Amino acid sequence: MHELAVTESILSIAKRHAEQAKARRVTDIYIVMGNLSSIIDDSVQFYWDIISDGSICSGATLHFQRIPAQAVCLDCDHQYSLQERLSPCPACGSAKIKIVNGEEFYLDSIEIER
Amino acid sequence: MATQRVPVIEKIMDANDQVASMNKKKLDESNIFAINLMASPGAGKTSLILRTIRTLSPDLRVGVIEGDTAPVTIDADKVLAEGMPAVQINTGGECHLDAVMISNALEQLPLDSIDLLIIENVGNLICPAAFQLGTHVNVLIASVPEGDDKPYKYTNIYRGLDVLIINKIDLLPYISFNMDYFRQGVELLNPGLITFPLSCTTGEGIAEWTAWVRSQVEKRKSQNA
Ligand SMILES: Nc1nc2c(ncn2[C@@H]2O[C@H](COP(=O)(O)OP(=O)(O)OP(=O)(O)O)[C@@H](O)[C@H]2O)c(=O)[nH]1
Ligand SMILES: [Mg+2]
Ligand SMILES: [Zn+2]
Repeated sequence: MHELAVTESILSIAKRHAEQAKARRVTDIYIVMGNLSSIIDDSVQFYWDIISDGSICSGATLHFQRIPAQAVCLDCDHQYSLQERLSPCPACGSAKIKIVNGEEFYLDSIEIER
Repeated sequence: MATQRVPVIEKIMDANDQVASMNKKKLDESNIFAINLMASPGAGKTSLILRTIRTLSPDLRVGVIEGDTAPVTIDADKVLAEGMPAVQINTGGECHLDAVMISNALEQLPLDSIDLLIIENVGNLICPAAFQLGTHVNVLIASVPEGDDKPYKYTNIYRGLDVLIINKIDLLPYISFNMDYFRQGVELLNPGLITFPLSCTTGEGIAEWTAWVRSQVEKRKSQNA
């Protein structure tokens, strides 16, 4: 599980932006995460409560926005959504596909009190 | 108290990725071709590294970084016994290597006398996929006894690959491993992926893999000559 490293990274990004914005406290953190990401948000939340303690982000709520996974067929351009597992193009059966959505993993914004 | 929304839009892996590009720059300056070798535990990472060293030396000088979660030097000692420089990283229970660990390990290697760097990542199919190290290629070893369904279950690692090795093909007669099913799964995730089926035990297929490695090292040398 690499959620600890990921959580540390979220904390350091949030702290840096909070300080730049002269925040007194961070109340909310908005994270965008593609469905293909292997990160478990419950584990991030678990580490978050421990490592953010005592910092400007202490007590901030983590929000995860999930982006559905989508692929495009490289043979017929058909775009379709992917369920849990990767599947060939439903229109033409081709296995040559490219993932277009679902790999996102970024900190979108923070909500602060000054 | 009114709150205020502050836009950030920053990739969460950005800090790691920045150190990774510094690592790559350093490797390029030393004319080193670097491989991030990933696989599940026991797939044959160390066996392949030893085979590769034996085939390519003395023409090429190989440096190795060994990642393990435990404070052991078993794998690094095997490389040292081949007369090649090796650094062991103990990740302290972490499931992967990251770019900062590699940056520290590079300090301990004689970069001027290395042509090829192979990094043996921690045995794991999930976590290493998320951390770029600054190598030129990501290589995965899938081994026959692990089963033919792994591309369907560990999709992230297959998507980020430059080269796939299928090891332990000497065991194909004894294990029900449907090569077509396996390869179809890989094709969905990573169309046209360069693949080397081989056996570290019998040596079958090793020549094709080492020829590819040699060509990559030479390409880099001639580009920077
Ligand atoms: N039959 C067979 N066995 C192999 C082959 N390659 C490696 N092995 C065996 O597989 C076992 C594990 O090999 P290692 O090279 O130590 O694997 P590893 O991926 O480095 O393992 P960890 O570092 O512990 O994750 C050893 O007993 C090897 O002898 C192969 O091609 N065929
Ligand atoms: Mg090993
Ligand atoms: Zn199609």
